[in-house]
Amino acid sequence: MASRALYSPRHPVLKKRDDFEDVLEERRRSSDLRYALRCYTPTLYKGLVPCKASMLKTIVLQSDHLQYVIKQVSSESGDSTECVAEEASLILDEMAHRLQLSTIRFFAFTLSKAFKRLFRSVCVNEEGIQRLQQAVQEHPVVLLPSHRSYMDFLMMSYLLYMYDLPLPVIAAGMDFMSMKFVGEMLRMSGAFFIRRSFGGDKLYWAVFSEYVKTMLRNGYAPVEFFLEGTRSRTCKSLTPKTGLLNIVMEPFFKGALFDVNLVPVSISYERILEESLYARELLGVPKPKESTSGLLKARRVLSEDYGSMHVYFGHPVSLRSLAEGKINRSQYNLLPRYIPQKPRVDTHEFLNDAAFRLVRIQEENMVLKPWVLIATLLLQNPDGLELSFLTEQTDWLRHLALAFGAFLDWPDHEACSEVISCSLALHRHLLSVSAGHVQLNVTDAPQVETTPEEAVFHRAVVVLSCASYRNQILHVFLRPALLAVAMQSANSNRKDDVYNCFNFLRNMFSNEFILCPGDSIQDFEEACYLLMKHGVLQVLEHEIVMSASGHSTLAFLCSVLDPFLQGYQVVCRYLCEETNENLTEKDFIPAVRSFALKLILAGRLKCCEALSSDLQKNALAALLRLKAVRKVKVGDQVTLKVNKIAVNSLEDTLGKSNVNQNSWCSSMAMLK
Amino acid sequence: MKWNGWGYSDSRFLFNKKGQAEFTGKRYRLSGLILPSLKDWFEGTFGANLQHKSPATPTVNLSAVAPPDLNEPFVEDLKAAGVAMSHDPEDRVFRAHGHCLHEIFALREGRIGRVPDMVVWPSCHKDVEKIVELACKHNVCLIPYGGGTSVSSALECPREETRSIVSLDTSQMLNECGYCTGHEPDSMEFSSLGGWVATRASGMKKNIYGNIEELVVHIKMVTPRGVIEKSCLGPRMSTGPDIHHFILGSEGTLGVVTEVTLKIRPIPEYQKYGSVVFPNFQQGVACLREVARQRCAPASIRLMDNEQFQFGHALKPQVSSIFTSFLDGLKKFYITKFKGFDPHHLCVATLLFEGDRGKVLQHEKQVYDIAAKFGGLAAGEDNGQRGYMLTFVIAYLRDLGMDYYVIGESFETSVPWDRVLDLCRNVKERIVRECKERGVQFPPLSTCRVTQTYDAGACVYFYFAFNYRGLSDPVHVYEQVEHAAREEILANGGSLSHHHGVGKLRKEWMKESVSSVGLGMLKSVKEYVDPQNVFGNRNLL
Repeated sequence: MASRALYSPRHPVLKKRDDFEDVLEERRRSSDLRYALRCYTPTLYKGLVPCKASMLKTIVLQSDHLQYVIKQVSSESGDSTECVAEEASLILDEMAHRLQLSTIRFFAFTLSKAFKRLFRSVCVNEEGIQRLQQAVQEHPVVLLPSHRSYMDFLMMSYLLYMYDLPLPVIAAGMDFMSMKFVGEMLRMSGAFFIRRSFGGDKLYWAVFSEYVKTMLRNGYAPVEFFLEGTRSRTCKSLTPKTGLLNIVMEPFFKGALFDVNLVPVSISYERILEESLYARELLGVPKPKESTSGLLKARRVLSEDYGSMHVYFGHPVSLRSLAEGKINRSQYNLLPRYIPQKPRVDTHEFLNDAAFRLVRIQEENMVLKPWVLIATLLLQNPDGLELSFLTEQTDWLRHLALAFGAFLDWPDHEACSEVISCSLALHRHLLSVSAGHVQLNVTDAPQVETTPEEAVFHRAVVVLSCASYRNQILHVFLRPALLAVAMQSANSNRKDDVYNCFNFLRNMFSNEFILCPGDSIQDFEEACYLLMKHGVLQVLEHEIVMSASGHSTLAFLCSVLDPFLQGYQVVCRYLCEETNENLTEKDFIPAVRSFALKLILAGRLKCCEALSSDLQKNALAALLRLKAVRKVKVGDQVTLKVNKIAVNSLEDTLGKSNVNQNSWCSSMAMLK
Repeated sequence: MKWNGWGYSDSRFLFNKKGQAEFTGKRYRLSGLILPSLKDWFEGTFGANLQHKSPATPTVNLSAVAPPDLNEPFVEDLKAAGVAMSHDPEDRVFRAHGHCLHEIFALREGRIGRVPDMVVWPSCHKDVEKIVELACKHNVCLIPYGGGTSVSSALECPREETRSIVSLDTSQMLNECGYCTGHEPDSMEFSSLGGWVATRASGMKKNIYGNIEELVVHIKMVTPRGVIEKSCLGPRMSTGPDIHHFILGSEGTLGVVTEVTLKIRPIPEYQKYGSVVFPNFQQGVACLREVARQRCAPASIRLMDNEQFQFGHALKPQVSSIFTSFLDGLKKFYITKFKGFDPHHLCVATLLFEGDRGKVLQHEKQVYDIAAKFGGLAAGEDNGQRGYMLTFVIAYLRDLGMDYYVIGESFETSVPWDRVLDLCRNVKERIVRECKERGVQFPPLSTCRVTQTYDAGACVYFYFAFNYRGLSDPVHVYEQVEHAAREEILANGGSLSHHHGVGKLRKEWMKESVSSVGLGMLKSVKEYVDPQNVFGNRNLL
């Protein structure tokens, strides 16, 4: 297995990727009904302990681990063990899936119909499927798809059924359960439901972890969950959560499994179904509670064209190889293994590191469409571009992206202009094209008079929708962009000065982007390598110098980060200017939002992305991490205590990066 | 005795002209018999071929033996004391090794490393005292030698040793007198009492008689500081930490054991073998655990995994009558078809009962009743007896394998009951995976058995062998895989050794195993007892 590659030096440019097959093609040619009823004989794990879903419950409830925790909880709470055991049983009932082949067949039929209407094609790398087939037989498998849409896990199960792979059991959030019928349908197609927060509930944690571990150990089914924890509303990968990862890794740490295959899966959409929903959510319109009727209303979606979809099954990563030399398994030798042990510091570090690297793999295998490039350029030019210039720029950006190792799905034998007009057509609701001039726009803007606030809001929806496409390619440009900004803000060309700036920015943005903790030097070197190779920079022994031809590339890279720099500055400025001593955590987002809105209305801020609650949350998390802001618990409220000096100085440093860059952008505009 | 293989010169496995395996000699139950299924098993398991031979060098190349580096004053004094000695190359080569794979492999290729410069044969305690005294006086290195059956590189001469090395052979001891000690390690034909004490040996029938530490009543050992012994033969004492435990397992680093008082038992009136077939290994382990819990283990109870069961089967001698073969067929049919046992998963426990007849039969019933609860079926005495035979001839079989490009060895551990299954599976799989990664062309034989039961856990024994055709340095590959397997054992909660000892082979893990304070305690004892490092085999510490 190619697992060791995880830690090998990265050469993004040399990455070899598999080819894709369109799975809908066959579906368009033959009967969906026959397909749904076909003989399904999945490849099985060699160490499979056959067991029915109902048996699973008994095994979990009678496990030493759960029995131990039940006794412990009972002695702590004073309730009888029977009573606690009963509670455990109820928790399990609420949680457990009831995977049924008939439901899967139902989905195979209906989803075939739906997918054919929604998507032009659904492309899968079949080599990845073959690797998975192999991996499934060898060791228990954990599937780790990226999460951008509700479609994700339906699509996963659909594909696994299609390729005669064992159907996964999927960790889903409890919120689905409020959709009565759909919730039960999902349950019968393999979803199991976990509460969003169960912090200190020992019993809940025990039932949950034992349930997952039992399925994994017995090889009952591949376990599927989302490292990112929830759907990313911005299409940027989210900082991974390690709770479930810890659970699936523990059987290996404790010797109950020889190995576990971790399979990152990257699912990318040319157009996301939830696109404008997400933008609205980020702007503070609360997300509609999942309800069956809501889903039915979404029928409207079925009539739209969502382009193509790509699913890339990555190389299985052997947990054993990943943990080699990092985890000392004999630490578990001295206690019976059913007694829960908190992960040690080094285990925690390992989990975190592994999670980041797996998300990086997801990012790297995410297919990017031409529109992603166009969206990036349109966002950088809010006043629009001439179509011919846009074409020229897109072509330039395409080469840059490819040079940086982007996994770009660019049609082979089509003229650039052709490709662009196709993309523009697919996303026409986000833009206006008139007289050869392309501009981001709201086409379905209400005709009635709107307040200035509403106008900003409408504009922001388009900008954030568009940003969700640009965000897909950020991981490609991120490191060089951090370097570009660092070079602008550093006091000199000296390598260590630039590195310090780079490190500051990297640190500042590590809640915003996927930046593996501790990889600072590696990231810096990667950025230098890429920019040097592309002729933008010369990296000398002690100095980094811009090449004559590097100007436009650096300017572009700086503008990539510009919205984030501005957004973070807005958050800092707000915290400095806010006089309320008792700012609660809950009030933070609305308060920053109205602060940003005021700046925009006053014409002092152009960047709508500062309105995004995701950016605001990330900025706050960064400030908390950097100890510029502290959380203080007062009663049942959490208030934020701001160290204004620290925040102010952070804002200054960010501003320095930004001011230079603004002057730079104008110089670039002059060049044009 | 063979100079480059296991056991008696007249006893060996070979493939005869018809391609059938046979065991020569007259000493064993298998001797002189044809083993018709061994060839197929051998070829099928290892991908070996009878055409591809890798014969050993027939005789010792005495010119390859370095001339002895004698400490003349020591030799003179020893002569004066009248102790038998020799510096004949053959005597020296014979005592320069144990039975680790790399040691035997080198001998077969005619490679000879550092060997002791001379051999001495003391005949009594007084002789040993004299030898140790002179060794201290003249600063020579002494390496005690018992039966030469070590599998921990314990007898290898340390490369960094610059003094003259003297092998102190203690193998001529113990007489028969109508009793038994009950201590029966697999190597018992060849190993010595002193060796058992020095390595903390374990015997097959420890369930009745106990391991060596429970058998000894009194030990006398000559050390450079003088003689260590207790003053009486009391069955138990509370006089601080038991000084016997400094001696047991000291692996020749502290002195020479010269006298041992052991408990003896009357030779049992009745002995009965038995066996039980289980549908799978899990059930078998669960049964052994229950037997241990009820403390009703027979003299010996062992559980072989499926691969080892098939291995044992391959050693079935030619059946003499059609009737027996018909009966065998019927048995097989009953177990696999009627009872539904999968022949690729079933495994066998072998049993040995000892004692007076009535009790044995009663005991037997009790054990079979427990087995039945775990789906076990009684499978006859014959299977049981053959299982035990396997352990006595396995070392001869290794020599056969080495004639055809197959190398292998065994290693052991002890582990708590709740980890037995996971440890067995993980270690076996690790071996397979490591072999593959290191370019071994054919999947290895990787098999285990649970050989001893205790209240708190079990002893597990692994056999590991592979076909090394196509490898440039097979011994190195072997050692890497064994190393990985040991790492896996430790990671899965197994011990560094149950009874083979540490020697030089497993020294690197001692600190991890006993903590650095523990290791320091052992070192300080060595420091006090033998400051000059006269007993310089460098084992253990």
